[in-house]
Amino acid sequence: MIIPTAPGRARVDSLMRGLCWTAVALALVPLFSLLYLVVSKGMHRLDMDFFIHLPRPVGIPGGGMANALAGTLTLVLIASLIGMPLGVGAGLYLSEFGDGRFAWSVRFCADVLTGVPSIVTGIFAYDIIVKPMHSFSALAGGFALGTMMIPIIARITEEVVRLVPANLREAALALGIPRWKSILFVVLRTAMGGVATGLFLGATRVASETAPLLFTSFNNQYWTKSLLQPTASMTVQIFTYAISPYEEWRDMAWTGALVLLIIVLLASMLSRLTLAKNKAGNF
Amino acid sequence: MVARVNSGDRLFQGILAGTAATIPLLALGIISLLLVSSLLVLDKTGLYFFVRKEWDPVREQFGALAFAYGTLMTSFIALVVAAPGGIGIALAITEFSPPRVREWAAWIVETLAAVPSVIFGLWGLFVLVPFLHRYVEPALRLFPGQPFFVGPGTGLCLFTAGLVVAIMILPTIMAICREVFNAVPISQRESALALGSTRWEAVRLAVLGPSMPGIIGAVILGMGRALGETMAVTMVIGNDPQIRANLLAPADSLASAIANQFTEATSDMHLSALTALGFLLFGITMVLNVVARVLVWMATRRMRLAAVK
Repeated sequence: MIIPTAPGRARVDSLMRGLCWTAVALALVPLFSLLYLVVSKGMHRLDMDFFIHLPRPVGIPGGGMANALAGTLTLVLIASLIGMPLGVGAGLYLSEFGDGRFAWSVRFCADVLTGVPSIVTGIFAYDIIVKPMHSFSALAGGFALGTMMIPIIARITEEVVRLVPANLREAALALGIPRWKSILFVVLRTAMGGVATGLFLGATRVASETAPLLFTSFNNQYWTKSLLQPTASMTVQIFTYAISPYEEWRDMAWTGALVLLIIVLLASMLSRLTLAKNKAGNF
Repeated sequence: MVARVNSGDRLFQGILAGTAATIPLLALGIISLLLVSSLLVLDKTGLYFFVRKEWDPVREQFGALAFAYGTLMTSFIALVVAAPGGIGIALAITEFSPPRVREWAAWIVETLAAVPSVIFGLWGLFVLVPFLHRYVEPALRLFPGQPFFVGPGTGLCLFTAGLVVAIMILPTIMAICREVFNAVPISQRESALALGSTRWEAVRLAVLGPSMPGIIGAVILGMGRALGETMAVTMVIGNDPQIRANLLAPADSLASAIANQFTEATSDMHLSALTALGFLLFGITMVLNVVARVLVWMATRRMRLAAVK
């Protein structure tokens, strides 16, 4: 015999489920509005000029963000030089030797650092590099981004390297290979796909940052000739154009946003896919 | 036979430990450098700096209160919207939908999480601000006898900033809630259903109840992100450091003050005051993060232990 649910309880049930689905629908509205507008408004100025020309003053047609694209690339490269070796080293340490109190405090600090507002990292880079050198520079911006990368990459590396089965390590040790060789050439090699994805993810994350660059790499309307000069970046340039009073510049901000969004979304999708595949068990 | 420690091993472990040590060193470095740079202004005004609302760079009068108010209010508005929203979405995805939808939803949420904050700011400034100004604010003003939605306004205000931040922290809250809900063993839901409860009752009893610490942790982590959010807030908050109950009036936040004024600050005292704002922001987010991590850790650990039994 089936006893029907009391009507009051059934009503609460469908009400609550309805509310949950309403939340889903409401959250999709801003997402699609944002994607749609960035694409439709951004297409307006998207042409070859955008990728090969410097920004032009108001009133002169044409112009692009070539220097900002190059600037973002430079900043991410500097950040990677700092963040990748240190992050991977720290991640390996945590996964292979990570039992003691020191490792615990490293993990704790990494969690604290990933929670630090990025603008605070900017102040740190300002104090360490911009102030002593008396100039905004690509170096300072890259340093700020690199600082942010270290804990991100360390935690991802630890996670993927831990997935390497213990019997691989044991097999290597049983062959008489010293531990350092087994870690570098057996463990790390096995986890290489996952680690590489983590590196990529870290680089993408910092490429979309604006706040720490405002007073470290600053901005530049021309090509940057030295790492010790201020440099343009996609994000800061979009911000500058967006808050400007000129219609032409605002259009450029939308086009910049479109290009940046395509780069970031493609990169994040790619890395999520490969990360999922690596976790699913290539080992 | 004597066990021999390979000297290469010792060197290698030393190098790795060295790279790992940069993380605590960075954390200590950031705290101490911020503190040292803030000393100039803290020497002058003392701890009074944190409870004063004047901010006048020309007369070198500095107080953090108006900015702290803006930061806390935007985060509060963001949480009021994003916490129930994030929990609801996580429930809809983990409890009420087929696996195929789950994959799609996860993908969409990750897309939302990857959008750079300056693009949210751009969208907020040119889409959300005019929309709220034209359609939503007049409706809110119709509520009589309340001080929160009054006056003409321009759309650049605490309320708009709070909404933009809500959209930005939604993926954070949702993703962690999903993780916490997924950690609840299926048998618990099945027992509730077997006792004759409806789907919602099963969720409330078997999923929401035991996940409480994890949910609170997720909300606090979302709040940490909200407090530190800079670009989007800077672009829509109006940048006027005042303390008003009116949510439709412009305000300012700790992070936006730093973003707007840092390159323009001419005196050392002004720079030091801005750094002190950064120090305050760092302090608040750090405490929140530690609390949240402990809560999430407790919630998922208890589940795992229960699953093992």
